[in-house]
Amino acid sequence: MKTEALIERLSEQAPPARPGLAPRVVAASLAAGGAVSFALMLVWLGLRPDLSEAAATSAYWMKFFYTLLFAASAGWTLTRLAQPGAPALRQSLLEIAPFAALAAWSAMRLVNAPEEARMPLLMGASHQVCPWRIAALSLPILAALLLGLRRLAPTRPTLAGLAAGLTAGAAGAFVYAFHCDESAAPFVALWYTLGIAAVGALGALLGRHLLRW
Amino acid sequence: MTDVETRLKALMLASLEGDAAAYRTLLAALAPHLRAFFRRRLRGTDDAEDLVQETMIAIHAKRASYDPALPFTAWLHAIARYKLIDHLRRSRVRRTLPLEDASAVFAESDADAAAARRDVEALLARLPERRRALVRDVKIEGLSTAEAAAKSGMSESAVKVGVHRALKALAAMIGERPGP
Repeated sequence: MKTEALIERLSEQAPPARPGLAPRVVAASLAAGGAVSFALMLVWLGLRPDLSEAAATSAYWMKFFYTLLFAASAGWTLTRLAQPGAPALRQSLLEIAPFAALAAWSAMRLVNAPEEARMPLLMGASHQVCPWRIAALSLPILAALLLGLRRLAPTRPTLAGLAAGLTAGAAGAFVYAFHCDESAAPFVALWYTLGIAAVGALGALLGRHLLRW
Repeated sequence: MTDVETRLKALMLASLEGDAAAYRTLLAALAPHLRAFFRRRLRGTDDAEDLVQETMIAIHAKRASYDPALPFTAWLHAIARYKLIDHLRRSRVRRTLPLEDASAVFAESDADAAAARRDVEALLARLPERRRALVRDVKIEGLSTAEAAAKSGMSESAVKVGVHRALKALAAMIGERPGP
């Protein structure tokens, strides 16, 4: 077909479109995937029984803040990567901030703890299941984000997949914190982050193949 | 550059509100830019026009992903660049994929050409020296009849006759050779 003919055809079928689609799609995908993930957590793992008492401790909020800030900064980077021509590199540095803060706090806790208490602080009682459960709870969110991204225009599919994976991982970790009764910062810094990173790697791998357009 | 940005962005925003005329003007204005962009980067291929059209379809399908807070030219450039990279990736795969038999590797070889050259040299060695020089100049080196005549000091018609007779002699030699 001649390019002139293509222009004619395209301009004949151009209904109004609301610009700035990326933030709306990412938010909607996060909400939908997050709801499925939360329901999955309730059915599969259940809320921690001491939720109301734990809510009075700072350790409880540390987990929520860490995962929430992580999800928010990764989600913000994701919306940038989903729009062609939007600078995304500076935003992505934001993602390091929550982890850096938690890592510093954890290091202080470990240094100040007596030697025999250090390993329990790091390993907790559930390190064998924690990253896996976070990854499992993240999957519905990752699926929703990848589906949403296909409506957008990520010009760097692998990076966009990585950002989607980190966003989903952090959101899944946020959901998991409703069940998990670990309270030590070093445990969260290591095992939560490991679960989030695994979902990030999966997202990068999937994005490379699924986000072409 | 900023003039272009202002004009194209205004057209884009009008298009997003459903103004078909603005949209047509926008796409028509983009076509020469895109064509130049792809032609410069795909020298010696006919794919530039395909990419212009693919990019226009992408602009159309993804137009809601444009954020009016950002420059339109940056959005357009990122899409064109993505389409170019995608095209290069795909065509590289296509170039390494043609199916062929493993023996295709051995179908052509430098050794055949070398053997042919040795055969020709052996036959030429049996020609009288003057004629050998003529065949070499005209048929192997590619000189014109006039150049060969000047080089050998013979007339052009003498060169023609000499080459003709030499070729006839070579043909006779090949005819008498036993088959391989």
